Amino acid sequence: MQVANKLSPFFENLNFERDDNTMVINFGPQHPSAHGQLRLVLELDGEQVVKAYPDIGYLHRGIEKMAENMTYNEFLPTTDRLDYMAATSNNYAYALAVEKLIGVEAPRRAQVIRTILLELNRVIGHLFFVATHALDVGAMSVFLYAFREREFAMDLMEDYCGARLTHSAVRIGGVPLDLPKNWLENAAAFCDKVDYEVEHTYGALLNENRIWKMRLEDVGVISAEDALSWGCTGIMLRGSGVKWDIRKEEPYELYPELDFDIPTSDRCDSYGRFMLYMEEMKQSTRIIRQLIPMYKETEPQLMAHAPQYISAPKEEIMTQNYALMQHFVLVTQGMRPPKGEVYVPTESSKGELGFYIKSEGEPYAYRLKCRAPSFFHTGLLQELLVGTYIADVVTIIGTTNIVFGEVDR
Amino acid sequence: MRKYVPKDNVQAKSYYTDRFWVAPRVPREKVEDPHFKAVTKTIGKLAKESYVEIGQLVLHIDATDNFAVMKALKEKCGYTQCSEQSAVDYLAKDNEFELFWQLLNVTEAKRVRVVCRLANGAAIESIEPLFKSANFAEREMFDMFGIKVNNHPFLKRILMPDDWEGHPLLKTYPLHGDEFAAWYEVDKIFGKEYRDIIGPENRDPAKVDRHDTKRFSRVGYEVPFGADISEGETETEIEYSETLLVNYNKKESKQLDERR
Repeated sequence: MQVANKLSPFFENLNFERDDNTMVINFGPQHPSAHGQLRLVLELDGEQVVKAYPDIGYLHRGIEKMAENMTYNEFLPTTDRLDYMAATSNNYAYALAVEKLIGVEAPRRAQVIRTILLELNRVIGHLFFVATHALDVGAMSVFLYAFREREFAMDLMEDYCGARLTHSAVRIGGVPLDLPKNWLENAAAFCDKVDYEVEHTYGALLNENRIWKMRLEDVGVISAEDALSWGCTGIMLRGSGVKWDIRKEEPYELYPELDFDIPTSDRCDSYGRFMLYMEEMKQSTRIIRQLIPMYKETEPQLMAHAPQYISAPKEEIMTQNYALMQHFVLVTQGMRPPKGEVYVPTESSKGELGFYIKSEGEPYAYRLKCRAPSFFHTGLLQELLVGTYIADVVTIIGTTNIVFGEVDR
Repeated sequence: MRKYVPKDNVQAKSYYTDRFWVAPRVPREKVEDPHFKAVTKTIGKLAKESYVEIGQLVLHIDATDNFAVMKALKEKCGYTQCSEQSAVDYLAKDNEFELFWQLLNVTEAKRVRVVCRLANGAAIESIEPLFKSANFAEREMFDMFGIKVNNHPFLKRILMPDDWEGHPLLKTYPLHGDEFAAWYEVDKIFGKEYRDIIGPENRDPAKVDRHDTKRFSRVGYEVPFGADISEGETETEIEYSETLLVNYNKKESKQLDERR
């Protein structure tokens, strides 16, 4: 061990082991490239990683425990704190799981709004990925450009629900609000903006950039079998050549009616995944454009009609006695779904976000398990980092696109 | 009389339940899908019960068969990904855990949930040799429920600190933590004997004391540093700058109607 004195100061994160000439360094949990609270213990031989041990739990808040102690509607705002980059996708995944359990389908207008919000959140999450990944690798200016567009997207979210990060913009059985005036026009303008910027700003800065390609190509290579075995989903899986997107394969919401492509890459490396993120943003804007005319054809109903589980609209509560009674019971006691268990996967911007809910017929979930994509992508790091060089570690952490709200839950 | 609180399940419970209300059950359908039929045929007698619940096949197996069933599902039925695995605490009711594995077949776009019951204190065989994702998932299950996993390469706590006592997702573990959790930082930094010296009222480092004039600013009620205000506060006159909006000109400033 080290002996600290004035001539050789004590480095608390370094541990020199003389006998086998490897060095153990401690990366995080407060490292700016750790995307949150990732502590990574790396054993280095020279500059090569011999062993990597991701240590997580620094952001553990016991969200699954909280779910067992909250009624179903109470828990929904808590899901914002999972993947806080794209909160609506968490709200939606949870709401969809409960809806499947109680057998309720959201009305058409709510479905349109939800799908627009989901894709908008996908764009927000992907913009955040491009920005931080470029920053981690060293391309500072992309960070600023991408965050500018992310601000516009968050303005749209703010116009809709009043919040920029913790949206809670989806309810069990529908959405709470209709779209405000001019929102769709703004969304269409935003789509044009994103398409232009993806092509002409980030694309022009990065796609054929010599340094960017040198840093990303053949870094973090993962085969299709390994990706499946490690539980990789989303772009981590599609980047390894497996054409698997839950929006297409196990469609939910309005995705079966929409026309969009699932880009895949056979490169299996960070560059391929980066190109997929860029392509998916274009696909998301394509989806939003298709949804804008669909909105105008819908009826104004926003919440499903299921008095046993979901409160009536406000005007009914204010005018009709029975609706008020139902509302009172649902607010004070909470809904009681039937006994049973359900696992519902959705495609969030990070990968497969699923909720397993075990209900015993009580207003509190007996067990809720959140299947977070980033949790499994963090597990993958212990294999993916071995044999790489220390300069690539940050690139590989960046390419997994982990967010610690959902790793630690 | 004090309200009776059962010790084996300290989670939130509904305060009102209709005595005559019987909770319905999500329908369990017969296996009719050809792919699921083939799966149940492959698993054969290892599955004690099989049905389809909300579009997914559910197989109930014995806890000792889990590796064999997973292996058959992976190699013969094409379930190449273990999306999730965890446990449900039924210790209060049956003194058992219910374990589940959520498997995914990418080519057929089908999902199977394998469920087994595990007696309290028994260990389960690791499926890490088949699915690497079980590496983290089993560690989390061990951390949260204390379920031991045989032949796991590195069974260690994952979300909680290594020296934590108790398993947070057990129904016996209260939402706000137990006594160990409450004193964890004090025990670790100062030692157990300091519990009495620090006392429960100072245990929480985020505690706000309104009479503490050393650590907390008192906006609008400023007093000198360290002043004793336990007897009551003195009124302090504060002069605010009034030049803030003097030059505000409504005609020349413009308001944006639309986003640029």
